[in-house]
Amino acid sequence: MDNVIQLQKKLVDYKTSLFNEGILDDQFTQLQQLQDESNPDFVVEVVSLFFKDSERLFDELAKTLDQQNVDFNRLDAHVHQLKGSSSSIGAQRVQKVCILFRNYCEVRNIEECLKCLQQLKREYYFVKNKLETLFKLEKQIMEAGGTIPVQ
Amino acid sequence: MESCNCIEPQWPADELLMKYQYISDFFIALAYFSIPLELIYFVKKSAVFPYRWVLVQFGAFIVLCGATHLINLWTFSMHSRTVAIVMTTSKVLTAVVSCATALMLVHIIPDLLSVKTRELFLKNKAAELDREMGLIRTQEETGRHVRMLTHEIRSTLDRHTILKTTLVELGRTLALEECALWMPTRTGLELQLSYTLRQQNPVGYTVPIQLPVISQVFTSNHAVKISPNCPVARLRPLAGKYMPGEVVAVRVPLLHLSNFQINDWPELSTKRYALMVLMLPSDSARQWHVHELELVEVVADQVAVALSHAAILEESMRARDLLMDQNIALDVARREAETAIRARNDFLAVMNHEMRTPMHAIIALSSLLQETELTPEQRLMVETILKSSNLLATLINDVLDLSRLEDGSLQLQLGTFNLHAVFKEVLNLIKPIASVKKLLVALNLAPDLPEYAVGDEKRLMQTLLNVVGNAVKFTKEGNISITAFVAKSESLRDSRAPEFFPVPSDSHFYLRVQVKDSGSGISPQDIPKSFTKFAQNQSIATRNSNGSGLGLAICKRFVNLMEGHIWIESEGLGKGCTAIFIVKLGIPESLNESKLSFMPKMSGPQTNFTGLKVVVMDDNGVSRSVTKGLLVHLGCDVMTVGSSEECLRVVSQEHKVVFMDVGLPGMDGYDLAIHIHQKFTRRHERPLIVALTGNTDKVTKENCMRVGMDGVILKPVSLEKMRSVLLDLLEHRVLFEAI
Repeated sequence: MDNVIQLQKKLVDYKTSLFNEGILDDQFTQLQQLQDESNPDFVVEVVSLFFKDSERLFDELAKTLDQQNVDFNRLDAHVHQLKGSSSSIGAQRVQKVCILFRNYCEVRNIEECLKCLQQLKREYYFVKNKLETLFKLEKQIMEAGGTIPVQ
Repeated sequence: MESCNCIEPQWPADELLMKYQYISDFFIALAYFSIPLELIYFVKKSAVFPYRWVLVQFGAFIVLCGATHLINLWTFSMHSRTVAIVMTTSKVLTAVVSCATALMLVHIIPDLLSVKTRELFLKNKAAELDREMGLIRTQEETGRHVRMLTHEIRSTLDRHTILKTTLVELGRTLALEECALWMPTRTGLELQLSYTLRQQNPVGYTVPIQLPVISQVFTSNHAVKISPNCPVARLRPLAGKYMPGEVVAVRVPLLHLSNFQINDWPELSTKRYALMVLMLPSDSARQWHVHELELVEVVADQVAVALSHAAILEESMRARDLLMDQNIALDVARREAETAIRARNDFLAVMNHEMRTPMHAIIALSSLLQETELTPEQRLMVETILKSSNLLATLINDVLDLSRLEDGSLQLQLGTFNLHAVFKEVLNLIKPIASVKKLLVALNLAPDLPEYAVGDEKRLMQTLLNVVGNAVKFTKEGNISITAFVAKSESLRDSRAPEFFPVPSDSHFYLRVQVKDSGSGISPQDIPKSFTKFAQNQSIATRNSNGSGLGLAICKRFVNLMEGHIWIESEGLGKGCTAIFIVKLGIPESLNESKLSFMPKMSGPQTNFTGLKVVVMDDNGVSRSVTKGLLVHLGCDVMTVGSSEECLRVVSQEHKVVFMDVGLPGMDGYDLAIHIHQKFTRRHERPLIVALTGNTDKVTKENCMRVGMDGVILKPVSLEKMRSVLLDLLEHRVLFEAI
């Protein structure tokens, strides 16, 4: 029992730090609220979807930027998609970079776009890491027989 | 015989003289003996003679005198010594008795004299008593007559009968020749002959009231003897040489109703008198006696009282008749008013239907027209048509509402609602206009204001919106503040509404809302007009603002229905204006506490969307999942599609709402909306189309409206927002979030 309480405390602290650092925002809390008995793995599912989608998009983005004549419209469309996904799960920092990226698309600055892409990837992996840690913690608690504390 | 002194009675010489002496003595003796006998006889007869002893004495004296004279008869001739002794004895006795009698008489004669005096005195007394008795008898008779007269007079309340009876009875009692009553005319300047005893129909004799004889009578409250020749007494043609009888006149005060004061007796300083003239028979040489005059005066007073009673009765009968007439007139008027109201209601009912049908056609067809292919000019025209017809529809509704309100046929639809949400909604609705005019709108809800209340949410919002809208409308710059709090009893009483006595209780509270603006203000004399229908505040500054003037009138009626009060305070033109209203709302029963902590507030009975079929169209998988998750959590039956074509294929009548993501790239979402409109021609078959977008610009919203979407929601959508969106959508069928 002691273990569970410790783990729960660790989880809460971790989540709080994520929010404080601006990695996740309120939308993530909303997602967690949608999780209930009929939908127990909702958050994990959505986040996994996000990971898959994002990685696909990164490939697309890289491909598009590689072209001779960069199709900025297409670029914009992809970034738009990424922005939508990240905002849907509350990955705040990723979303912000997407907005920046779109601005550069509008002014058709390839250099900046490339830089943005890099930054995007960095942020993405960062949040992915954090989220995976989070899920691991939750799984540990579940296995120890406790319940995920609701924030 | 020796010489004796006695004279020898010699018959021869003086025989004649002797003879005469002899005879006289005899007769004297006889008289002397008979007188006492008579005396005794009469004394015996009379019972009251007090001095019998004296009579006996006197009798004895006379008898003795008689005896003496009788014995004297024997002394003429030779008489013996015995005779002489007897003679001497009788003389002596006689002397004694006569002396005694003389002495006695000295005593009794004064007595006898005084008896006479007393007798005279008694006779006088008797005469006086007789006189007095006569007087009393006449007085008693007078009293009887007065009583009888009064009885006759007072036995009727009819004026004519009273007066006639008076004259008749007086005539009979006093045996008058003529009796007449002169009444003052309306002008008060003349006396008119109104009633007479003998003449049947006195025709219009009038005398001026200023005659000296009349003034003399009027100034005295006694009956006054007047000359038979004065005009009031000359009622009959003079019948030649007969001496007219004495005439007496008396005043009869006519008491006016206005002289009656409830607490005092009526003062007799009335100005109006009538004149009663009584004439004794012409040749009877009768005179007016004092008691008769008194009788006349008393009767005159009684007549005055009886007349005033009759007058009062007449007055009240007249008033009653008047009231009855008024009642009848009022009844007729009421029936007419009812008929008018019924006619108006029928008219309104018919016009309601007749007016709404074409309106409906215009609005519906214009909206449909909007969804077709139009050139920009055409679109502009159709939009204007729609806007105007919406305005007209609102006006029709307002007028109908108002007439229903006035009939009292409007009833509040009570329900539990979120009070805070009402204010926020109003704020949201007013913010766009306010920001265009660069006005600051501040909402201040008191901390003790309950979150939920029982009442008519729609009408409360309508009232609030109207009041706030007015504030915004009439303010060109500055700020508007809306304050809402629970009214405590001190703040409930307002001097402007003294008949408003709100009493808070355990199940109700009074909500007080104050909307203060820094606008053009209203001058104090215009404030009462603000709530009258169609009365516009005609200041120049507000001339160009539109509005039919019905808004505040409707608000007032709603507030009254909610058992509250609404008023406006303003310090004058240019000093801003504060609209305040207080309404009575119910306190809902305590909500389910456990659910509150997990799920955000329940805002009403309709939170059950179980089985609600919806379609989510989003080409972004992640956001698609998230939206689906939201809707599934609310209990909906969600179908997800990734493209417009798929959506069109899948969507059917069963789906109530289609959530589609409209991102910037491409016009997919818009086309989809148009296609859906084409697929479902009838409005009630078509699912509601709601756009989810992260774009905050106006263009997106306008595009959505243009293609006929029913709503636009800004992403990200929280659970709470999705829930309220669904609620609103399903209730109102339209939702355009303020951007």
